[in-house]
Parts: sequence; structure tokens; C-alpha cells
Amino acid sequence: MARIAGVDLPKNKRGVIGLTYIYGIGRTTARKILQEAGIDENIRVKDWTDQNIRDIATYIRNNLKVEGELRTEVQMNIKRLMDIGCYRGIRHRKGLPVRGQRTRTNARTRKGKRKTVANKKKATK
Amino acid sequence: MARSLKKGPYVHHKLLKKIAQIHQSGRRDKSIKTWSRASMIIPDMVGLTIMVHDGRKFVPVFIKESMVGHKLGEFAPTRTFKGHAGHRKK
Repeated sequence: MARIAGVDLPKNKRGVIGLTYIYGIGRTTARKILQEAGIDENIRVKDWTDQNIRDIATYIRNNLKVEGELRTEVQMNIKRLMDIGCYRGIRHRKGLPVRGQRTRTNARTRKGKRKTVANKKKATK
Repeated sequence: MARSLKKGPYVHHKLLKKIAQIHQSGRRDKSIKTWSRASMIIPDMVGLTIMVHDGRKFVPVFIKESMVGHKLGEFAPTRTFKGHAGHRKK
């Protein structure tokens, strides 16, 4: 079983895809890693040799920020924005979209589930 | 799209002049009023209080080191949200 950066990789998937299960590694990075390690990207994760796994793990350790470390960095960046009180920080604080999207409708990913406001005033007449 | 590096950060020229003046006179407590919300915060401004116009009044912004690289307008919101009509709770 291949265990890299504290994540178990799916054994039946192709190498490039398997690596993307690590937080911080997408298709492009996965490809680059395998190239550097000299492994064909089509080889299934279960067919990697121990040496392969070691090569991959070493490359990631030396060149990339992944998993917890990366999550911390992202959180720190957001925290910085909130601390200096800039517009983006305020949006993060309020849980609203940060990059100028509309909020009249949609924006449900940031706002979470709909909270219906009860008893809207009835139109007079 | 990001601004070309060749040009350097954008700061309104009059604002630059006023900052230079403050540094010369050494009177750091004096605040600068500006309408130039698009000006980038540069290291020279750290420690100063700049009054940034929000369309109605001037909002005092004390410049910290971590603000360098942001624009002045980011710290003076132009909209005030007072809550929805008839929405009272808490």
C-alpha cells in the first residue's frame, strides 16, 4: 500500500490520478512529480515499487507544500486578511463571497444553507 | 490582470509628495486626507494614519506593515449595511 504524505493512495488508479488524492497536488503537479521520479504516469499505484514510492515521497518532501502544512498556510493567509481589516478580510469574516460575486441570489457555497426569513410583510391592498 | 512590474506600484503623485513632506518634517502624528483609494500602500506609509475617502467622509486608516501591497480603498468600505428591513432579533 502506498502511503505518501500521510495519505493512503487508491491502489487501483493510475499513478497521476492517485497522487491527486493528496491535498495540494493536482493533475499538473502529479505529472511533474512522476516525471522527476522517472515513473510512467500510467502505472497503477499498486504496481509502484518501494523505491518508486520513496522517490516520490522524497520529491514531495523537498519541493512541495502539501496537506497540513499547506492548509495552515492558507488559513494564515485568510487570517492575515481578517486581521488587517481590509475588504477581503471583512468578507471572509462575514462568510460572504470575497471576489465580487453577486449575493442577491446564489452564493450558497459561502453562505451555507438557505435561512428563510419568516413573515415577510404582506403587500398592502 | 496584474500591473506591469516595469511601472512599479501606483501611488497618486500628490499623496507621495505629502508623505515625503511628513517624513521630512518628522511630524508623524499628522494625518493625510486623500481621495486616492486606488493608491497602493507602500512601505513609506507604515506607521502613518491616512484619511481615506469613502464617498461621504474620510475614514482613518492606520497603516500597519502587513498592509503593504494592498490598496488604500480596501480599508475604507464604501457601503454600510445596517441590516434588513423588519429583521429584528438577538
